[in-house]
Amino acid sequence: MTPRTTDEVRATYWRENRKLMLILGSVWFVASLGCGVLWVEPLNRIQMGGFKLGFWFAQQGAIYTFIALIFIYARQMARLEKRLGLEDTDS
Amino acid sequence: MSLTETTYWIVGASFALYIIIAIRSRAGSTQEFYVAGKGIHPVANGMATAADWMSAASFISMAGLIGLSYNGYGGSVFLMGWTGGYVILAMFIAPYLRKYGKFTVPEFIGDRYYSDTARVVAVICLIICSVTYVIGQMKGIGVAFSRFLETDYETGLLSGMVIVFFYAVLGGMKGITYTQIAQFCVLIFAYTVPAVFISLQLTGQPIPQLGLGSTLADGTYLLHKLDQTLLDLGFQEYTTSVRGSTLNMAAFTASLMIGTAGLPHVIIRFFTVPTVRAARTSAGWALVFIAILYTTAPAVAAMARLNIIQTLEPSPGQALAIADRPAWFKNWEQTGLLGVEDKNGDGYIQYSADPVSNELTTLDNDILVLANPEIANLPNWVIALVAAGGLAAALSTAAGLLLAISSAISHDLLKRTLMPSISERQELLASRLAMAVAVLGAGYLGLNPPGFAAGTVALAFGLAAASLFPALLLGIFSKRVTREGAILGMLAGLSVTLVYVFQHKGIMFIPGTAFLGDLPANWFFGIEPNAFGVVGAAVNFAVALGVTQLTSAPPAEVQALIDEVRIPV
Repeated sequence: MTPRTTDEVRATYWRENRKLMLILGSVWFVASLGCGVLWVEPLNRIQMGGFKLGFWFAQQGAIYTFIALIFIYARQMARLEKRLGLEDTDS
Repeated sequence: MSLTETTYWIVGASFALYIIIAIRSRAGSTQEFYVAGKGIHPVANGMATAADWMSAASFISMAGLIGLSYNGYGGSVFLMGWTGGYVILAMFIAPYLRKYGKFTVPEFIGDRYYSDTARVVAVICLIICSVTYVIGQMKGIGVAFSRFLETDYETGLLSGMVIVFFYAVLGGMKGITYTQIAQFCVLIFAYTVPAVFISLQLTGQPIPQLGLGSTLADGTYLLHKLDQTLLDLGFQEYTTSVRGSTLNMAAFTASLMIGTAGLPHVIIRFFTVPTVRAARTSAGWALVFIAILYTTAPAVAAMARLNIIQTLEPSPGQALAIADRPAWFKNWEQTGLLGVEDKNGDGYIQYSADPVSNELTTLDNDILVLANPEIANLPNWVIALVAAGGLAAALSTAAGLLLAISSAISHDLLKRTLMPSISERQELLASRLAMAVAVLGAGYLGLNPPGFAAGTVALAFGLAAASLFPALLLGIFSKRVTREGAILGMLAGLSVTLVYVFQHKGIMFIPGTAFLGDLPANWFFGIEPNAFGVVGAAVNFAVALGVTQLTSAPPAEVQALIDEVRIPV
């Protein structure tokens, strides 16, 4: 790989990484501080089984969302690294 | 076999297991002592991280914090705060620090900010956060021992110290990792078994997470029943009572989240996996294992609270006669976690929100988890298991913290700053000595604790959020931030948070030295001291970025280092 390609690849990698972080970070914010704290009152008017929806987000839903976010991030980054030839096998 | 005997057997067996693991995984090099040779499988590291993470406070106190002190919804700050940080960790911190590939958090800060001063400031921040945190673990060990093994608090604490001393000094990160995996299995089993039983008894639903939203035997939803019961007693509704204000809840949650991502003992766990990719998936697995407990805890909180109220009021409008107290109730009165006083002399216990007429004068947070199996009439082995689980939680977290402290001292202060010429063997010896001193110091603080377990722990998050997290994030995502900016930022964030806590809680928590008084009226925008880390972090960011504008850019090799940590190969 020539240094020029490397620079380009690095820039692409970092740009795509930041884009992904921005999207997933927004979901992270909405699911926790959004649904669990800021908008909890309107959401609490919705009843889901025995749960008020806002209360459910604050005590369970946010946590399930966090898990999904991390695994989505890990999978997307692994694909990106494969595409750009930046896989670290073992160090 | 009596309960105490059963407990001795089960706790003894768990300790024997930890010691066998510790002996079999002694550290032979500094790489093994600091980062377990970087050969831990991501799922295994996830388990170890979960044990490292879930402290005595998570295991013993959190359900009570949610169910009693924070009256339900308000306690969500702990649930979201102590899990949400893993998303930040997985996306913004862990992969890059793993790529950097060295031993400690201050080491990264020292190299990235090309300054031994920055390294030493980071060591100071690390020690303040970790020591604050370890006090809670020591207290948890003392409480668990004294309750379950019928020793006094001091003896319990000293016994715990001996165990931690043994396997932390011997094994370093390698020993701690394998012990933590075993401890995770013990603690998660111990936490979920009573929860499944209590959920079954109340709702007929074996999965506590679903049981929380299910109906009781009388057909009403559990949470509706609890809301109504608490309103009748004069409390606020369980599912909607906010802690302070919406702003305070948001600040508290955010402080715990970014504190999580800035706590060195958590970050260094991700140095033990083989690749950058493994660091990301490992954070996901860690959160899966943590979530098992963290989604069970709110169910335990609501169910145990309801159980206690129903014990005190066996039929509607009829209070429990003092003479009819169940055996578990009397047991826990002896430990001081429960207390009754028949104020009106009618021979019954009237529980209410009004402190003047309330006759359940002591109802400790920890009771919700500790007494749960007895309240639900579970067999002795389950009660003994809770003891072993609480001890596993406290020991695993204490060991992780002590490793973070001792590696900062032996690696960053000694090897990288004061005595760079020492050999690897000498450094390994130094790290063991530092570990020994750290254990003794933590034990001393455990004997003279400044507050209750989870309160102290929450403060550690505020300090980590305000000091280390911004320096790490800026260090990775900005090539421009300079050493002057980072150093002054860390000091500013740390001081602002400490001053705020001390002015409301007392200098070093000494009662009577709180010069502004611990009253919500005096709080900055109504933000309580434990939630102030996010404000401290904002100050840190502002100072770091401001000072950076006034100083010249970092040298080229530092910029090259940043380029390197951003790319996995």
